[in-house]
Amino acid sequence: MAFYVVQFLTGLASAASLFLVASGLSIIFGVTRIVNFAHGAFYMLGAYVAFTLTERFSGAIGFWGGVVAAALIVAALGVLVEMVLLRRIYHAPELFQLLATFGLTLMVEDLVVLIWGPSDLLGRRAPGFKGAVDFFGQNVPSYDLFLIGLGPVVLGALWLIFQRTRWGVLVRAATQDRDMVAALGVNQKWLFTSVFALGVFLAAVGGALQIPRDAVHHAMDLRIIVDVFVVVVIGGLGSIIGAFVAAVLVSELNAFGILIFPKISIILLFLVMAAVLIVRPWGLFGKPEVTARRTPGLTVNPWRPLSSKGRLAAVTALLLAATLPLFAGNYALTVGSEIAIFVIFAASLHFMMSVGGLASFGHAAYFGLGAYGVAFLAKMAGLPMITCLLLGPALALAGAALFGFFAVQLSGVYFAMLTLAFAQIVWSIAFQWVEVTGGDNGILGVWPEKWAASPSHFYWLAIGVAALAVAVLRNIVFSPFGYALRATRDSPRRSDAIGIDGKLIQWTAFVIAGTFAGIAGALFAYLKGSVFPDSLGISLSVDALVMVLLGGVETVSGAVVGAIVYKALSIFLVSQTDLSKLILGGVIVLVVIALPKGIVGVLETIRQRRRPRPEPPLLASRIGTAE
Amino acid sequence: MRRNGHFLGAALAVMLFGMAQPAMAQSEIKIGEINSYSLLPAFTEPYRKGWQLAVDEVNAAGGIDGKKLVVVSKDDGGKPADALTAANELVSSEKVAMLTGTFLSNIGLAVSDFAKQNKVFFLAAEPLTDAVTWAKGNRYTFRLRPSNYMQAAMLVEEAVKLPAKRWATIAPNYEYGQSAVAVFKKLMSEKRPDIQWVDEQWPPQGKIDAGPVVQAVAAANPEAILNVTFGADLVKLVREGNTRGLFKDRAVVSFLTGEPEYLDPLKDETPAGWIVTGYPWYDVKMPEHAAFLKAYQAKYNDYPRLGSIVGYQTIKAAAAILAKAKSEDPEKLIAAAEGLSVPSPFGEITFRKIDHQSTLGAFVGKTALKDGKGVMVDSVYRKGADYLPSDAEVAKLRPAE
Repeated sequence: MAFYVVQFLTGLASAASLFLVASGLSIIFGVTRIVNFAHGAFYMLGAYVAFTLTERFSGAIGFWGGVVAAALIVAALGVLVEMVLLRRIYHAPELFQLLATFGLTLMVEDLVVLIWGPSDLLGRRAPGFKGAVDFFGQNVPSYDLFLIGLGPVVLGALWLIFQRTRWGVLVRAATQDRDMVAALGVNQKWLFTSVFALGVFLAAVGGALQIPRDAVHHAMDLRIIVDVFVVVVIGGLGSIIGAFVAAVLVSELNAFGILIFPKISIILLFLVMAAVLIVRPWGLFGKPEVTARRTPGLTVNPWRPLSSKGRLAAVTALLLAATLPLFAGNYALTVGSEIAIFVIFAASLHFMMSVGGLASFGHAAYFGLGAYGVAFLAKMAGLPMITCLLLGPALALAGAALFGFFAVQLSGVYFAMLTLAFAQIVWSIAFQWVEVTGGDNGILGVWPEKWAASPSHFYWLAIGVAALAVAVLRNIVFSPFGYALRATRDSPRRSDAIGIDGKLIQWTAFVIAGTFAGIAGALFAYLKGSVFPDSLGISLSVDALVMVLLGGVETVSGAVVGAIVYKALSIFLVSQTDLSKLILGGVIVLVVIALPKGIVGVLETIRQRRRPRPEPPLLASRIGTAE
Repeated sequence: MRRNGHFLGAALAVMLFGMAQPAMAQSEIKIGEINSYSLLPAFTEPYRKGWQLAVDEVNAAGGIDGKKLVVVSKDDGGKPADALTAANELVSSEKVAMLTGTFLSNIGLAVSDFAKQNKVFFLAAEPLTDAVTWAKGNRYTFRLRPSNYMQAAMLVEEAVKLPAKRWATIAPNYEYGQSAVAVFKKLMSEKRPDIQWVDEQWPPQGKIDAGPVVQAVAAANPEAILNVTFGADLVKLVREGNTRGLFKDRAVVSFLTGEPEYLDPLKDETPAGWIVTGYPWYDVKMPEHAAFLKAYQAKYNDYPRLGSIVGYQTIKAAAAILAKAKSEDPEKLIAAAEGLSVPSPFGEITFRKIDHQSTLGAFVGKTALKDGKGVMVDSVYRKGADYLPSDAEVAKLRPAE
């Protein structure tokens, strides 16, 4: 019995650590609607700065003072980031801020290694909480008890701030309806900055308090960021109590789950999230999202099919690209093939995101399913390459049909997180089912047949399929189905009223996008000759998002350019420099500041301005503030 | 806007092509090297220093047949797909004579399969999985470090002497952890049928929730524990275990923990008396090692980690293979490498003809706390050759050519 009590307490201590970080993320998202990918980076910085301070100043005052000072320093850094970077892009298309915070995260990962060195660092134990307390023969670390106490204290303090102070009232109002708060004359800039500072402060405290339990190292950010997102979503976005309950729920399920299924930790979080979201689409304590007061259509340059001049240019570009094998070496051709494959992948996500208005955080699932489909067919059934390429994506199609059905019942960030949960579930199956998938050692020896084996032939195959895929997706955009999809995106109610079955349309779009991602994955398997679970992983999903955002989400085919630029740049940097993440992150941040609509988005706006226009400027005044 | 991108792509490709141009000078021999520099700097930074020292030494001694040795190094970011891009660049653009390096098992396997497909010589430095030389072995791939099996066999030799009958295991939930536990269990149970395996914990790699894991293991009340976690996971596990008294009066056998990369971060929390494999650089008596240590400390003003040895020996071995083959033809390199004996800081090692595994060994000893730092004591060097199965068994494990 004592054991179960202690295991429960241990779970609570884990929950408290998780809650500190998650609460900050929840507050930031609730008010600013920023998907703050850099939250993990701030958590990590908190730990590193606190490590330095607590090593320098010993004793109880040194330690606790160091923790608080570290959090304040990092919060100040957060303020700087908000004012210099994020403030410029509140008006950018949805999720664009994700790109900025992703760039920051990349930079921080390289910076901490430059500043603090590559080794794992062991910080001090907390003065006064070094030992353990005996509980009927079981040892409970006193630091755990401290954390267990701290969790509710922070929860209570946040509750008081939000309920009892004017600032808290404004924050709650902004969480509910930012436009109305702005209309009432509240200075949003400072409200957002202060909220961001508080969120970052909580993340940094969370990181600093890990010093006595953890090692400080450069991968701490990625270890926590996805977990806290999941906790925030399970709890319901913007709900602090929800975050607390969710943290306790997943931590306790893990603490007791591993007694029965020792391998459960790897997937537990995502299983819980999928289950919660299917039953409660807005999380445990969340409320249905108030339909944002935006008038889409006005925010986008109207899309048109390519003019004949545009078509000619596109075909010329394709023909030019096809001449690459005449003068480039094998390496350039292989890189070219890889880029072409990522063009398909990014275009498929772009189709879902910008045409369907459905941003997926787990699009790699279908890319990876396509790759595994090919690997199964080629290695187990021994089918010829053409058959594998045609049938392999069917696995992606099936996966998209199954998961898409559940996912399209949701919208916004909840939709995105459910797709992430599904992707992680598929990933963990590939990772754990060693007999079939080879686990993380993957499936080897999926090489192309002779006719496609030479780099130039494979390159032609890849750009051919890519051109075809982009053309087909474009045609779908301008087909009646595409119009119905856009109608559903822009105005669910009106489209419903004229008889469009929105969910069915979105589901179909999901399946189309998943299948095209599967085609990309199928080619990728042959390009690399092997398939590993990381082709289903989160980082690939994030890469795809970055490509789409970089290209411009409000464009028809921006993802094509985004994929080419991002992939070529990252391959080039990884090959030529040791600080590829720092430079790539820096470039992304610069792009975000200079081109807040993505590369193609800005190009199109310029072209639009130059063109003599019969109508008044569409973008003269944007409605809303931080849409 | 549709395909203007392709034009951009072509332009970028031309740029890439241009970058990779410097044609190989006749007076150079290039080795391609790939490792997870950005993902695992704690291991790969000392590793890089090690191979840079080896390059200096080889060139100071006149290079290879009078040609200067050049190592072209690439980062794989911990992703097999990116490692293959790098391998491609090294082979197609840099025209390297051979590929070396890699840390993670799946990357080692991906590059070894690439080597087989493209008929390139590959000397795997670090990946531990047995599959590299056995189940998925191929004639183009050789490996330097003692495999999972060998390290398990070394630990089992000590572990069977323990009186403990009730064992629990803690291992990261991926191939390395799974196969380490499987081999250890198999070898232990063969020698000690009386052993019971009372609990197993499989925390995700890099994401251990140490409190509940420690508590769960303690609840099973084992007499001995096998640990396979390393890095930050190990730190968390040790801290929770120390606080909760998990290691008190229990024997612990632990993979890799004696390597400075993983032992040093434990500082004054290092648990005493764990039976570990590792590298006690302060306590190695071999004369070859003394020379290596002196050169390393003179160049870097830092002490070597195990990664330094691996990096150093990888390039030293590669240079020896190239010197013996007197050619860059992969077939000749294979012929030269099979059965080749080369000196190493741990004494002479041989690349076995039968499975292309080197006989580099490891140190087995016990952890101890000295001046607030973790050290390995009572350590003995175990030669790799003594911990491999019989040739008949190996022949069965490896696919036929």
